Amino acid sequence: MTTHIQQIQHTIASSKKSTIQDPLWVRLTLITTAIAFISLFICVPLGLVIFQAFSKGLTAYFTALSQPDTLSAIKLTLIVALVTVPLNTLFGIVAAWTITRFDFPGKSLLTTLIDLPFSVSPVISGLIFVLLFGAQGWFGEWLMAHDIKIIFAVPGIILATVFITFPFVARQLIPLMQEMGHQEEEAALSLGAGGWKTFFSVTLPNIKWALLYGVLLCNARAMGEFGAVSVVSGHIRGLTNTLPLHVEVSYNDYDVIGAFASASILAGLAIVTLVLKTILEWKQSTR
Amino acid sequence: MSILLSDISKNFGAFAALNHINLEVPEGELVALLGPSGCGKTTLLRIIAGLEHTDKGKVLINGEDKTHQNVSQRGIGFVFQHYALFRHMTVFENVAFGLRVKPRHSRPSNEVINKKVHALLDLVQLDWLHSRYPDQLSGGQRQRIALARALAVEPSVLLLDEPFGALDASVRKDLRLWLRNLHHDLNVTSIFVTHDQEEAMEVASQVVVLNHGQIEQQGSPSDIYDHPSNAFVSRFIGQTNVFDLDEHDNDWLKTAGIININNTGKIAHVRPHDILIEKSDNLQDATAVVKDWQHLGALIRLELVKNDTSTSKKPVFAEMPKEQFKELAIRIGDVVKLKIRQAHWFH
Repeated sequence: MTTHIQQIQHTIASSKKSTIQDPLWVRLTLITTAIAFISLFICVPLGLVIFQAFSKGLTAYFTALSQPDTLSAIKLTLIVALVTVPLNTLFGIVAAWTITRFDFPGKSLLTTLIDLPFSVSPVISGLIFVLLFGAQGWFGEWLMAHDIKIIFAVPGIILATVFITFPFVARQLIPLMQEMGHQEEEAALSLGAGGWKTFFSVTLPNIKWALLYGVLLCNARAMGEFGAVSVVSGHIRGLTNTLPLHVEVSYNDYDVIGAFASASILAGLAIVTLVLKTILEWKQSTR
Repeated sequence: MSILLSDISKNFGAFAALNHINLEVPEGELVALLGPSGCGKTTLLRIIAGLEHTDKGKVLINGEDKTHQNVSQRGIGFVFQHYALFRHMTVFENVAFGLRVKPRHSRPSNEVINKKVHALLDLVQLDWLHSRYPDQLSGGQRQRIALARALAVEPSVLLLDEPFGALDASVRKDLRLWLRNLHHDLNVTSIFVTHDQEEAMEVASQVVVLNHGQIEQQGSPSDIYDHPSNAFVSRFIGQTNVFDLDEHDNDWLKTAGIININNTGKIAHVRPHDILIEKSDNLQDATAVVKDWQHLGALIRLELVKNDTSTSKKPVFAEMPKEQFKELAIRIGDVVKLKIRQAHWFH
C-alpha cells in the first residue's frame, strides 16, 4: 500500500517536473550566470576584506583593532546602535499600531512619509540636520548660546542614524498587523484584559518574529550607516568617528591593515545579520 | 429585563448605520438579529458589547447603564465571526485566558482554573483537543472553543456574530441544534447575528428583523412568518410571491382567487404553500402553465407562468407535498388552475 502511494507520488512529482521544466541549456546558463554574478560581486569582495585584514598575520590584525581610535570608533558605533535601535523599535510599534488600528485624516500621508528615509539620499538626510542644528542653521545660535553641541558631536550622529533607520521596524510590522486584523485583540478585551495586558499577551506574541526581523535590519543599518553620519560627524578621530567612518579615514591614511580589520568587523556583522535573518524568516514561515 | 437598548443611533461618516433603535431582550432569551448585509446588525451587536460606541442612546444590561463602560468591564461574552482564537496559545490556554487576566484579588487559583477549563471543554465536547493549537482544528471545533472561551468568564450576556457563517452546510446544521440545546441548559441571555432567515427561525426564540439601520419587526419565529408587519419582512422571511395590483392583470388575479376585500393595500404577498393547484382540461378556465418543477425533499416546488398573452412572464412559485404531486401527475407544460388560500396585503 505504502509503496503504491509512493509510486503514485513519484509519478505525480516527475510528471509535474517535466511539464514545467525548461531545456537543459537554459537552466545551465541561468544557474551559471547567477552563481558567477554572486561570486564576483559579493563573495570575492567579502573574502578579500577578510584576506586583507589578516594579510600581515593575526598579531597585526589585533594590534590594528586595539588602536585607541579604532576602539573608540567601535564604542561610538555601539552607543549609536544602543540608542537608535530601542528608539526606532518603539517608534515602529507605535507607528504600525497607529496606522493599522486607527482611522484619521492624513493616514496615507503618514504611511508614505515613513518611507521617506528610504527614498532620500543619506547625504541629504545628514544635511537636513546640519541645516537645522549647524552653526548657521535654524537653531544654531540658540544652541551655541546654551553651549549645546549637536553637529560634529554624538547627538548629531544619533539623530541622523535615527532618521535613516526609522522605517525598518514599522515597514515590517504594518503589513503583518494589517493582515492579522484586530479581532484577537478585541477578543482579549472582551474577556476582561486591559490594554497593556492585551498588547503583551496577544499582540506581541503574534508580531514577535517580524519585530525581531525589523530590529535586526534596523541594527545592521544603524551600525553600517555612512552617508548621513559622515555629513554630521566632522570626522574627529577618537571622538566622532563611527566604524564605517573609521574605515574610510584609516584607508585614506594608507593604514590598509587598520582599514580592513575594522571593515572585517562590519563584514562579520553583515554575515551574522544574514544568518539571523534566515533563521527569523524560517521561524516566521513556520508559525 | 436583561438587555435594554433605548434610542441607539450610529453614523459612520454620512452613512447612518443605526437609526433610533429601541429593543428589549428579556432574561434568558435566545435572540436572532436578522437582516441583509449592511443593515447594521453587526454594528448593533458590537455596540451592546462595547466594541463600538453609540453616538446617541443608552445600553442597559441588567438595569445598569453600560453605555460608557469599556468592553473589558461589561461582563459580556463575545464570539467573533472568524472565532479570533489566540493563534499562539493552546486550546486550553485560550479558554483559560479570561480567568488568567482577572485582577489578582478575584483571580482563581491555578487548580480552580484547571478544573473550570476542563469542565468547559467537556461542555463543548472537545476536552481531548486541549493541547492543540487553533490552526490544528476544524472550523466547527474552533467555533465551539471560541464559545467555551467566551463562557469561561461567566458572562451575563452572550453575543455571537454570524456564529455559523464560516462553516460547511452539514456542520452548520449540527451546530445550530447544539447551540439551541446548550442555550437551553445554560439559560444565559444570548443574541446572535445572522443573515440567514432559516437559521434565525430554527435557533432563536425571538427574531428581530433589521433593515437600513431600523427594526422592521420583533417577535417569535412563527409570529414573524405568519404575520409579517410589512413587505420587507414578508419578502425576507421565507419565499413569497409578489402580486402588484398596478402591474398585474386584475382579472387574472381574481380568477386565481386574489381578491382585495377590505382594500387594505395594493400589493399581495402569497406564500408558495398557500397556492393550491388543480389540473384543468378547460383551457378557458386555466390560469397558468407548469414551466418547471424542483424537488425540495418532502415538497415539490412548481414554477408556473401565467397562461395569457401578457408580456409579464414572471414565474409564480407554488409548493405542494410530494404525494399530492404524484397523485395529480403533473407534467411540464400542463395547464393548471390556481387557488390562492391566503395573501398578506401591503401598500
